[in-house]
Amino acid sequence: MSESSSSFTAITGAEIFCRSLQAEGVEVVFGYPGGAVLHIYDALYRQDKVAHVLVRHEQGAVHAAEGYAKSSDKPGVALVTSGPGATNAITGIADAYMDSVPLVVFTGQVPTSLIGNDAFQEVDTVGITRPCVKHNFLVKDVKDLAATIKKAFYVATTGRPGPVVVDIPKDVTADTCEFEYPESIHMRSYNPTSKGHTGQIRRAVELILSAKQPMIYTGGGVILGRGSEALTEFTRQLGYPITNTLMGLGGYPASDKQYLGMLGMHGTYEANMAMHHADVLIAIGARFDDRVTGNIEKFCPHAKIVHVDVDPSSISKNVKVDVPIVGEVEPVLRELIKGLNENGGKPDAEALATWWKQIEEWQAQDCLKYDQTSELIKPQYVVQKFWELTQGDAFVTSDVGQHQMWAAQFYRFDKPNRWINSGGLGTMGVGLPFAMGVQFAHPDATVGCITGEASIQMCIQELSTCFQYQLPLKILNLNNRYLGMVRQWQEFFYQGRYAMSYMDALPDFVKLAEAYGHVGIQITQPGDVEGAIKEALAQKERLVFLDFITDQSENVYPMIPAGAGQNEMILV
Amino acid sequence: MRHIISVLLENEAGALSRVAGLFSARGYNIESLTVAPTDDPSLSRMTIVTSGSDEIVEQITKQLNKLIDVIKLLDMTAYPHIEREMALIKVRVPEAADREEAKRLADIFRGRIIDVTHDTYVIEITGEGSKLDAFLVALDGFTVLEVVRSGVMGIARGDVALQI
Repeated sequence: MSESSSSFTAITGAEIFCRSLQAEGVEVVFGYPGGAVLHIYDALYRQDKVAHVLVRHEQGAVHAAEGYAKSSDKPGVALVTSGPGATNAITGIADAYMDSVPLVVFTGQVPTSLIGNDAFQEVDTVGITRPCVKHNFLVKDVKDLAATIKKAFYVATTGRPGPVVVDIPKDVTADTCEFEYPESIHMRSYNPTSKGHTGQIRRAVELILSAKQPMIYTGGGVILGRGSEALTEFTRQLGYPITNTLMGLGGYPASDKQYLGMLGMHGTYEANMAMHHADVLIAIGARFDDRVTGNIEKFCPHAKIVHVDVDPSSISKNVKVDVPIVGEVEPVLRELIKGLNENGGKPDAEALATWWKQIEEWQAQDCLKYDQTSELIKPQYVVQKFWELTQGDAFVTSDVGQHQMWAAQFYRFDKPNRWINSGGLGTMGVGLPFAMGVQFAHPDATVGCITGEASIQMCIQELSTCFQYQLPLKILNLNNRYLGMVRQWQEFFYQGRYAMSYMDALPDFVKLAEAYGHVGIQITQPGDVEGAIKEALAQKERLVFLDFITDQSENVYPMIPAGAGQNEMILV
Repeated sequence: MRHIISVLLENEAGALSRVAGLFSARGYNIESLTVAPTDDPSLSRMTIVTSGSDEIVEQITKQLNKLIDVIKLLDMTAYPHIEREMALIKVRVPEAADREEAKRLADIFRGRIIDVTHDTYVIEITGEGSKLDAFLVALDGFTVLEVVRSGVMGIARGDVALQI
């Protein structure tokens, strides 16, 4: 194949697919072959610029692509076949939609002549995915293929990012036409706003400077919008307290003294109390999710709210805001900093000192404390040790449940893109494939997967992929033999009736890891935790599965129960 | 409150289902929806009649705008506007007196009889929804065999125009 991105001899749709991906600078595609994509796989096989990673289940392909995208500044790409290939990919696509992950997912489709005939391995992929994609396309003519791929990458990566599905019938991949990849694309119906409105910026600056009890609340938009440097500058200049959402962890350095920890249902007492008592709330790239706000009627009752978001529909969706600014987080933060400097005003130092004094009182509650003397392994302790032993510099993925909250509370992220989890959809099973994608994006980095014995089994087959590609992941399985978060809710709200939350007949995870060609270690004593993590980190070339047998009765604290306000936390 | 939202969108396969799917997925009311290509065949124009609080209607317009196929929209309710709906009504008119009475009522409502058989008429009538309702009430004494209503179309008065 020639280097140029245009060719005046006709090539097949499958070759156009490969050449388009090359033109987009795609380095790796996560996928699984099948009948409808055989032409594409043949073309992939005959080129060497785009690598293909063979997963063991299509769900894993999409999650791996998500992990790749979330930890880097590139979109993730997945390729699956028609029918069950596409339906298996849906969970990953929905997950990416909820967390605004830039993805392009290619699905094979039956030949155009068979569409609608209930053909073998046919599903209406465009129909099924419609509610959980940013956009989708069915390519019916090979002449449209290159331009559609260009559009797909453009839509996925601009504005509020999200997954885009491109459904390609098999005959389109065999048909031929001349290939020319568009340099740029214009869509009359899609023009995301980037810069904030000048008047709104000015109003925001005035409101921000008028605050007596300010609070900065930032979300995943800061990570996605590469705004953490600007956010740090903005926050330090003001001297205001800041909290990050679950999706926003790492957007502001957790080790900084202005940082109050995560907020929300399992956030810190100080972050939630400061939210509740704030008079000016500065929300940046966050969407006032119900896990953050608690009871919406009781949310931030005293605050005037500034809200910066690239998606106009996020503004005033759940909470009415006073100064909305539609735009990309990074440029808007730069404009806000400029506005602060031009305004020349300073925050009210006296009020701020009083406010910080109040916050320090809340901090003195030490809401994340846990029993350090237990003879059982405390899950918090495992995460804390992993944080210490990796100097807080690992990439960490998690699954969904108690371990996810402990990871978020005890692994203190100082950098963006290091914390990869499923915040919106809450998808159990993502941790391992996420970690694979992260390791492909960062081959030399330490990648930890903090998981539980229930979640890890939902995509356990990907251990085979990890062996094939020799991915030296460190899996920390916080094994409490319960669906821990379900058990916790049953303890609190269902009088301890533990319906189906007990994981009976667990596999021997050490043998399981070994069966897949990896190293497995079981840890039962608190005194062995540190040594085991050190050993896992020392095994630079191997995947190590650490099976920590943890305290079954441990709960995630603090907690805002459903229906309560942010000032109504259950402490330990 | 009732709102009439006009939407210009790409005339592409699936565009209609994106809009319909949005309304069902987010639980928005939809009273009627009409759609057809415009004078520019690459564009469709859709008129949606919906109802909800100001907050909900604000979300509806934002979510519609967020759809990649949607180019522009206008909430007609914010402007002086005209709305029209058409109905085709088939009534049984077995006796001469029925035929006369049906014709008389159609004339009063500025309807037209567009199909005639020995015992049926098809009446075409255009107007605001309330006029169509009133006409159906007026036909109370007849056996109405079929009613087809088009759903509302709307256009703003004066200089306000929904165009690209």
